[in-house]
Amino acid sequence: MQGLIFLVVAATSGFAAVRLVTNKNLVHAALYLVVTLMGMAIIFLLLTAEFVAWVQVLIYVGAVIVLLLFGLMLTRAQIGKTALDRQQRWVAGPVALVLFAVTTPVLWRFFDGETISLDRTSGNTEALGTEIFTRFVLPFEVVSVLLLAALVGSVFLAKKD
Amino acid sequence: MPLNWVLVLTTFLFCVGVYGVLARRNAVIVLMSIEIMLNAVNLNFIAFNGVLEGDRLIGQVFALFVIAIAAAELGVGLAIVLLIYRNSFTVSLDEVNLLKW
Repeated sequence: MQGLIFLVVAATSGFAAVRLVTNKNLVHAALYLVVTLMGMAIIFLLLTAEFVAWVQVLIYVGAVIVLLLFGLMLTRAQIGKTALDRQQRWVAGPVALVLFAVTTPVLWRFFDGETISLDRTSGNTEALGTEIFTRFVLPFEVVSVLLLAALVGSVFLAKKD
Repeated sequence: MPLNWVLVLTTFLFCVGVYGVLARRNAVIVLMSIEIMLNAVNLNFIAFNGVLEGDRLIGQVFALFVIAIAAAELGVGLAIVLLIYRNSFTVSLDEVNLLKW
């Protein structure tokens, strides 16, 4: 059952990602990104990572999509049928294909037979919080400082002077 | 659930992101492709956490850190894109070549 749900969600998510990078309409690309990110959140839930799944929904589907749509609207890019690909497009497809064709068999052979354990009885949010605030408290604070720096930096860059 | 399925999905999404970064001209679409790549990495972290750790949740902690850093990167990136648009009225990466020699 979980495998079936995974396959359906993975197919939807991959298709939406492909449509994102081959689309002519920029706003549609942002909406395909919503589909991809929601699919990833569902897969996080399937892998019993519910806190990360909800963080994904809040931050990506909530904040990042709105930010990207603002970016698309404010830059007044041509919404319509224009040349959206660069001149180096002919090399981008083979690079991505070769990367996929080389990486997948290696990973497949190396990790064949491994399974992800899904038999967690209780939620893991409490364990995750304990982990963050005991062992990873210093990296957590560093990330806070990084977010503050990014906030100040983006305000400084975007302000009119 | 077999680990291989998740690995194939993440590799596919990462390669789609690579294609988007290399082939697309609009800077905002390139930022979206970077987000896809980071999300594929997050899924890898969580899948390997399920395989290796069991009860320790270090992979999920790292996924949270990656999400935070991706948000910071996107904020600064969009600010730079808006600045470029304000100065040169384009977000096409073919025409932004100030740092090219």
